Amino acid sequence: MTISRRDLLKGTALAAGGTFVSALGFDLQPAYAQSRELKISGAREYKTVCPYCAVGCGTIAYVHGSGGLNTTRSVIHVEGDPDSPINGGTLCPKGAAQMQLAMSPRLEHSPKYRAPGSSEWEDVDWEWAMSWFARKYKDARDATFVERDAQGRTVNRCEGIGWVGSATVTNEDAYLITKTQRAMGIVYMDHQARI
Amino acid sequence: MAQLPASGLAIRRMSASSTPAPGIRSEGPEYAKLVDISRCIGCKGCEIACKEWNELGIEPTENFGSFQSHRDLSADTWLLMRFTEVEVGGDVAWFIKKDACLHCAEPGCLFACPAPGAIVQYENGIVDFNQANCIGCQLCVSGCPFDIPRFNPATRKVYKCNMCIDRVEAGLEPACAKTCPTNAISWGTKEDMVALGERKVEGLRARGLANAVLYDPPGVGGTHMMYVVPHGDQLDQYDLPADPTAGAGALAMLGTVRKLGASALGLGLLAAGLHYLGFGPQVPEEDAK
Amino acid sequence: MASLAASFGRGAMTNHWKDIKNADVVLVMGANPAENHPCGFKWALEARDNRGAQIVTVDPRYTRTSAVADRHLQIRPGSDIAVLGGWIRKILEERLYHEDYVRLHTNASFIVADDFSFEDGLFAGFDEATSTYDRSQWRYEMGGDGFVRRDPTMENPRCVLQLLRMHYSRYTPDVVASIAGCSAADFERMSEIVCSTGTAERVGTIMYAVGWTMHTVGTQIIRAAAIMQLLLGNIGRPGGGINALRGHANVQGATDHAIVAGSLPGYLTMPTPAQASFAAHVAAYTPRPLVERTVNYWTNYSRFMVSLMKSWFGESATPANDYAYHYIGKPGGDATWLSMWDEAHQGRMRGFVALGFNTLLAGPDVKRLVTAMSNLEWKVVIDPFLHEAAEFWNAPGVDASQVQTEVLYLPAAHWIERGGSFTNSGRWAQWKEAAIDVPKDVRSDTWILSELFWRVKELYAEEGGAWHEPINNLRWDYANPREPTLEELAREINGYDLTTGRLLNSFAELRDDGTTSSGNWIYTGSWTEQGNMMARRGTEDPSGLGFHHGWAFAWPLNRRVLYNRASADADGEPWDQTRAGIRWTGSRWTGDVPDFGATTPPDGAGAFIMTEEGVARLFTTGLVDGPFAEHYEPAESPTVNILHERVSVNPTVRWYDGVRESLAQNTEDYPYAATVYRVVEREHFVTSHVPLLVEAMPDFFLEIPEGLAIEKGVPNGSRVRVWSPRGEVEGVAIVTKRIRPLTVNGRTLWTIGIPVHWGFKGITTGSMANSLTPFIGDANTRCPEFKAFLVNMEPV
Repeated sequence: MTISRRDLLKGTALAAGGTFVSALGFDLQPAYAQSRELKISGAREYKTVCPYCAVGCGTIAYVHGSGGLNTTRSVIHVEGDPDSPINGGTLCPKGAAQMQLAMSPRLEHSPKYRAPGSSEWEDVDWEWAMSWFARKYKDARDATFVERDAQGRTVNRCEGIGWVGSATVTNEDAYLITKTQRAMGIVYMDHQARI
Repeated sequence: MAQLPASGLAIRRMSASSTPAPGIRSEGPEYAKLVDISRCIGCKGCEIACKEWNELGIEPTENFGSFQSHRDLSADTWLLMRFTEVEVGGDVAWFIKKDACLHCAEPGCLFACPAPGAIVQYENGIVDFNQANCIGCQLCVSGCPFDIPRFNPATRKVYKCNMCIDRVEAGLEPACAKTCPTNAISWGTKEDMVALGERKVEGLRARGLANAVLYDPPGVGGTHMMYVVPHGDQLDQYDLPADPTAGAGALAMLGTVRKLGASALGLGLLAAGLHYLGFGPQVPEEDAK
Repeated sequence: MASLAASFGRGAMTNHWKDIKNADVVLVMGANPAENHPCGFKWALEARDNRGAQIVTVDPRYTRTSAVADRHLQIRPGSDIAVLGGWIRKILEERLYHEDYVRLHTNASFIVADDFSFEDGLFAGFDEATSTYDRSQWRYEMGGDGFVRRDPTMENPRCVLQLLRMHYSRYTPDVVASIAGCSAADFERMSEIVCSTGTAERVGTIMYAVGWTMHTVGTQIIRAAAIMQLLLGNIGRPGGGINALRGHANVQGATDHAIVAGSLPGYLTMPTPAQASFAAHVAAYTPRPLVERTVNYWTNYSRFMVSLMKSWFGESATPANDYAYHYIGKPGGDATWLSMWDEAHQGRMRGFVALGFNTLLAGPDVKRLVTAMSNLEWKVVIDPFLHEAAEFWNAPGVDASQVQTEVLYLPAAHWIERGGSFTNSGRWAQWKEAAIDVPKDVRSDTWILSELFWRVKELYAEEGGAWHEPINNLRWDYANPREPTLEELAREINGYDLTTGRLLNSFAELRDDGTTSSGNWIYTGSWTEQGNMMARRGTEDPSGLGFHHGWAFAWPLNRRVLYNRASADADGEPWDQTRAGIRWTGSRWTGDVPDFGATTPPDGAGAFIMTEEGVARLFTTGLVDGPFAEHYEPAESPTVNILHERVSVNPTVRWYDGVRESLAQNTEDYPYAATVYRVVEREHFVTSHVPLLVEAMPDFFLEIPEGLAIEKGVPNGSRVRVWSPRGEVEGVAIVTKRIRPLTVNGRTLWTIGIPVHWGFKGITTGSMANSLTPFIGDANTRCPEFKAFLVNMEPV
């Protein structure tokens, strides 16, 4: 008799409800508990890039859920993209734990405001947050904008706002940061390349 | 290069059970992992990939004066990178070893196990623990010449690396082998991995590491995780037994089980124990002859 | 990167990850790639196992990279230039350089004018009052033809090669050993390997990272490496180069796109107040050729700049308004990280925005940063996680009631919820797919940026205010103006022919007459009419050298190895036929995308098309602190500078107020050298939210050398306290044999290692390493000196 693992699984399903250890020594039930179908079979695959260092490892995110209207999709597993000429499917410990970064319960879901002297955050909504942000930004710009310097040279700069980041956003967002902030006259600007 | 057909997961042996007929032994290839210590950077990519894929529990760890994450393997940590600082010829060296089940061809754990079907060895070389059949007696722990299986007091079961059998069955390499950033872990047929290991040893010797060896100990019939060891004269520093054997430990445990009887053990163990006493422990093939 | 630009013309990793497999020697120094770039480091091991390459590490610690290296040399933090200088000396004294390469592809034969000198630690032209050099005293001697005088024999005592030989003649093995703390014999054993690639048949590469940049002499460390690699003929060749390993997913891209003080996209330069017109600005960055035949590509500066202005301001950038030149703010001085926080410290900064950046843990001197942040009126933090920089008012030892700063935190989308591209260290821009949706109540960076822009613009429309013409006129023709798509932005970056509306293929098509736009000229070709080149997934590698031209897009123009013309000789034949970068067929270049005119004959121009010399610079005027790299001690050092006691520290560093007083004043109170670093299980700070990684490396620790631990009674695993004049940390001692005692300037010196990953907000918390580090930076880049400072230590 040839017993394959799949036979064991079938046997297990039939025996659901549980027998005891069979006298023959072949207990079919346990195989079910310990052997599982490949958890990523059927999951949708998305080709992405690791968010950590700048090796740029290709990764595949395995996603549960079709993306249909009624579904909130979730990442169930991430592993290296074997096609990538850079990493050839491999990932370091950080890369190998990406699923936990992607699906972290520690990710925040609300804007928060901390008042002067307060030792606590309060949740605020996006409308309040962005209107506060724009107000503060404009007031600081108005108060510190210099059109001409002490020697009378045209400088058109905002001296009172600093902007840092980020080496973690995409090229497209990095470009949008530079485009919008330079247009605002921001001169104090840097990102992680410096430190 | 040997062919790599999908594994049929035919069974070679089961604990406390009669050995399946010899006719099936030729089914499918045997797979093996080859760990090239000379390329291992101790990054723990394999350790993390193992825990992530197998959904093992996060354990509260603490730094105990080492780069090593856990003091020891556990029911939730089947793979542990061990770090040892040694001096080689006046220079410091950092020996880093991936510690996990070696998947012996003659598995001491399986031979020692009294619970039918709790430990299964497949024709592909993987030795798999079947927790639902495990009775928690821990004889496998004593039977293992490498001190790998670990008991979980909460579930009263024993656990260890299963070589990501779900992946292997689906035609994928184990998670540790897939992820290894420096290709210190290779995966393929046992035949190919032995050949690769021998080539690597030759290469290391050519680079001046005269004591480099392929660790595939015959005392356990060879293993399905082998090591390329750059300093083969210092196996003890890697915590690798020079001449491990299967069987002796398992046989020694036989008396223990008889003594235990039915008193402190549950009905399951009693049943298994009775069965065990009927069949007796499995023994390595050489001994069986 | 300033240094690479000064040496070769572009500030980027010269080669790329997979190319490292082509090396014969891999020098890892100022980096720890096994820990910080493990998947890239595999290519070094491929070189070792397939080519018989040697991997060597030079570091204050024996690292996990050292664990697989052929040889390791332990040196004192901050002594890198001494070590590199020792190698340069050896290469020159023993004529180990690749002579044909040096003559052909570097400025070794250029004659330097008589006013250049170096004496007692100072180059010619130093002004004590301003602590700056008059760099006009470091110039070439010009001939009657208007070009630099040259001596092809390289014998003239005023030619660059001879000046170089003279400069580094002081760096004998004994001097190197005394500065670096190693033995002269160990240094020489390492030298045998490192200096072995100066032939056509051998190639060596360097892997470096912030272990080099984070010093008061960081730029000059990399200069010394550039000089060494040029002498050995290793630049432009497959398997060679100087490879800057970047530490975040898109450090390269964010730098390319100029979220950087002083620069505009594509390494264009921020205008200065002195440049009163567009013409004056362009003139300042359009170099005159110094030799007869040179491409001198920066002569196209105006095309790139006009196209950028068209991209940003569209119809509003016209010849009449100098292409909106005055829409861009002109900084009054340095505007980098340290200067920014110094402004805040002095109470001159009102508001601060930190996007994807843990500003509290990342900077030096945390206590000073907390004070600076507390002086702000407001701070906005945009990040997927609520981190320490958002809660600086909650930091240990801070009384929140005394902090009046208002703080807003905005939860931003995560990388996996968004498409777009990251550019890796090797300049490969790779497009990624969004795997899951942005959660409800979370917003993308794109949305936040455009919403901020719109709301500020609307406030100006409603109530007026400071000059805001650029805000009104910012080109914003996106389908959904409140949230542009990443695809729209990517195409805008690539650039258009504004007459036909077609996407451009190459920056060669850019014009300075306002008919083209490009948001970043070096990315032209990344999204053409053929589609998104960054999303390409071709795996072919016909040459076997790992170029992979069909995978993603490498700037510039999909070129995989920069300066690859230098991989061939005067006739265009590869130095090494088995590792051909490009090859001249008689009518055109084949191989990699040539970093040269595709049909320009080998003698048609110099190999380094971005320099006005047409060759690479062993001698440069491009840096503020000298044309050659010189060893200066760290600002906080255990020894005087034995080369020149009176000028111990880099004379051109900027001392911010109160910083001198914050440094250790003697080695009795602060006897140990210290350095900070990452470990492989963590990436800066975000990984403190990842359970598996916290489990793998749970606690803040300190690496204490075994001998010191015995001396001070520190058992392995016990707790120790380490402090500098700026702060203190406490953690578990890892007592190790991997750090040995050094003998620096005749005295025994111990080194303590300190990881950076902990703070007060993670799954596990721990001391902040940057509580210890000094608020001082590199003379050129102002990159802080995280990597070499002094501490004391005692058991807890």
